Amino acid sequence: MNKTFNNKAWWLVLPVFLMVAFNALVPLMTVVNYSIQETFGNNEFFWSGTTWFEQILHDEAFHDSLRRQLIFTGLILLIEIPLGLAIALCMPRNGPWVSVCLVLIALPLLVPWNVVGSMWNIMALPDIGLLGKGINALGIPFNYTRQPISAWFTVILMDVWHWTSLVVLLCYAGLVAIPDAYYQAAKVDGARPWAVFRYIQLPKLKHVLTIAVLLRFMDSFMIYTEVIVLTGGGPGSTTKFLSIDLVQKALGGFDLGPAAAFSIVYFLIILFLSWLFYTLMMREEAK
Amino acid sequence: MSLELIEITKRVGSETHIHPTSLVLPPGSFNVLLGTTLSGKTTLMQIMAGIQPPSSGRIMFNGKDVTNIAVQKRNVSMVYQQFINYPNFSVYDNIASPLKVAGMSKAEIDRRVMSAADLLRLRPMLKRRPSELSGGQQQRTAIARAIVKDSDLILLDEPLANLDYKLREELRDELPKLFAGRNAIVVYATTEPVEALLFGGQTATLHEGRVTQFGPTSAVYRAPNDLISAQVFSDPPINMTPVEKRGETLQVFGSKQWPAGAAARDLNDGRYILGIRPHHVTPLPSEASSGELEGRVLVTELSGSESVIHLDVDGSTWVSQSHGIHPFEVGTHARLHVDIDQGLFFTPDGARVS
Repeated sequence: MNKTFNNKAWWLVLPVFLMVAFNALVPLMTVVNYSIQETFGNNEFFWSGTTWFEQILHDEAFHDSLRRQLIFTGLILLIEIPLGLAIALCMPRNGPWVSVCLVLIALPLLVPWNVVGSMWNIMALPDIGLLGKGINALGIPFNYTRQPISAWFTVILMDVWHWTSLVVLLCYAGLVAIPDAYYQAAKVDGARPWAVFRYIQLPKLKHVLTIAVLLRFMDSFMIYTEVIVLTGGGPGSTTKFLSIDLVQKALGGFDLGPAAAFSIVYFLIILFLSWLFYTLMMREEAK
Repeated sequence: MSLELIEITKRVGSETHIHPTSLVLPPGSFNVLLGTTLSGKTTLMQIMAGIQPPSSGRIMFNGKDVTNIAVQKRNVSMVYQQFINYPNFSVYDNIASPLKVAGMSKAEIDRRVMSAADLLRLRPMLKRRPSELSGGQQQRTAIARAIVKDSDLILLDEPLANLDYKLREELRDELPKLFAGRNAIVVYATTEPVEALLFGGQTATLHEGRVTQFGPTSAVYRAPNDLISAQVFSDPPINMTPVEKRGETLQVFGSKQWPAGAAARDLNDGRYILGIRPHHVTPLPSEASSGELEGRVLVTELSGSESVIHLDVDGSTWVSQSHGIHPFEVGTHARLHVDIDQGLFFTPDGARVS
């Protein structure tokens, strides 16, 4: 086969290249700049090598927020993925209720993040909030501004409320895409509901679930707005996740070097874990 | 083991999907349900299988009433137009799945899976998953699953429709051999008259939820009861024109006269509808009684060995299908010849008289 070379074709790639450069590469490179240099303003920079990286990696506070972050994201995935799948399985496949269900399910996704934070902040207030007062009325002491467990409970409940819908919608789309003939074939075989789920629905939902896990992992690993509005990282620093820690370092402390190194480490962790999830969930395919 | 449908109907809401239908399918028979999309083939099959209950009527199996017995309690297997297999099972496990549900011993399962795999030439693919197979192999797996458990009733719902031409031909040849010598009742739904003719057996023509005719395939093809059965069982579509018989001649298109021919010789004078299958309209006159057809050429389709010509005759379209290459120019005037001896005569309300 003869290949024709036409260098003008590069012009077609240029717009995409420029877009990616401006919204990803250039900002990233700025951060890289800060992470390996020291600056005292006046646009003067001094080489500092890996100092900031070493400092961050040995920082006790960073370890703490990373551990909190991993526990939080782990819990979110453990709750939201099965719950979303279960809700999607219970939803009607046809009839007038489909659109009603879809709208209701999608509603939380339409609420702005800081509004979600404020909503749950007010709702969980122990003296006037419906949730907070309700739990206290049951005889369980609940105060998310004082007790770490209450704070964690509220943060997780808020995230589950806000984001399970996404998993539901993804799973529902996957379920609807399974041809009816599969269910009929299972019926002819005499397969029980569990077998239908295990051997037809679950394998057919694999790709959708992989996407759901990746999206929920990345989003929950980067959570900032809702938590900063709800608890501000407190009480103490018990709900101080990585992004909150980062913002406090960069803006609060104006430690640009360590903050930049932090950003890069943060980014690499997300990249690595996303790759890990993807590879693990797709490894069957490769065989 | 015969399957008997007695006055089966199916209504969904105010729509009638199946009008009262009675059929008797003898054991070991190969039955083709022939009809266009939405003619009720799939619904009828699902009722036969017990996937859907009929709205009224009874289903007898071997003289036993099975109307209200669920599909998994009858010994039924089914193959669909889509290639339906368990996505994360290997081909082996897919074929073995109905046997495992039945609780068969490992050795027996292995023996049966292997013989089904040999029949369908799946031996080299037993370890693969359906997603790693071609469409034809996926459908072979589904067919192997259907025959492996010695069902009393095997239903095939347009199993070849999603396959490409070559694979379709290949499986078409193999299918009747697979079922020959089994005691199972096979029901095969298709939209293609050619498949019914290839398989032989018995054919039921379906039209808008009614079985218009049921009998040995060649009989249904040669002697349709009525106009609709003839239309369903003809591809390209059968040509039709109103005629008036006067003595030895047929009055057609108002002014033209054709000889009455052997088929119409004994009919009383009067008005009829003449149906002529496309292969009885040819560029060359036949030796027996033939009528002339003049009109403008609309379409000429030439395949390797055969020509299909669409002719506009006074506003109605006639289709001719003939051997050899006849390259009629589109838009030109052409003359074709109708073999009237082979014509089918219907009364104006559609019943066949000759």
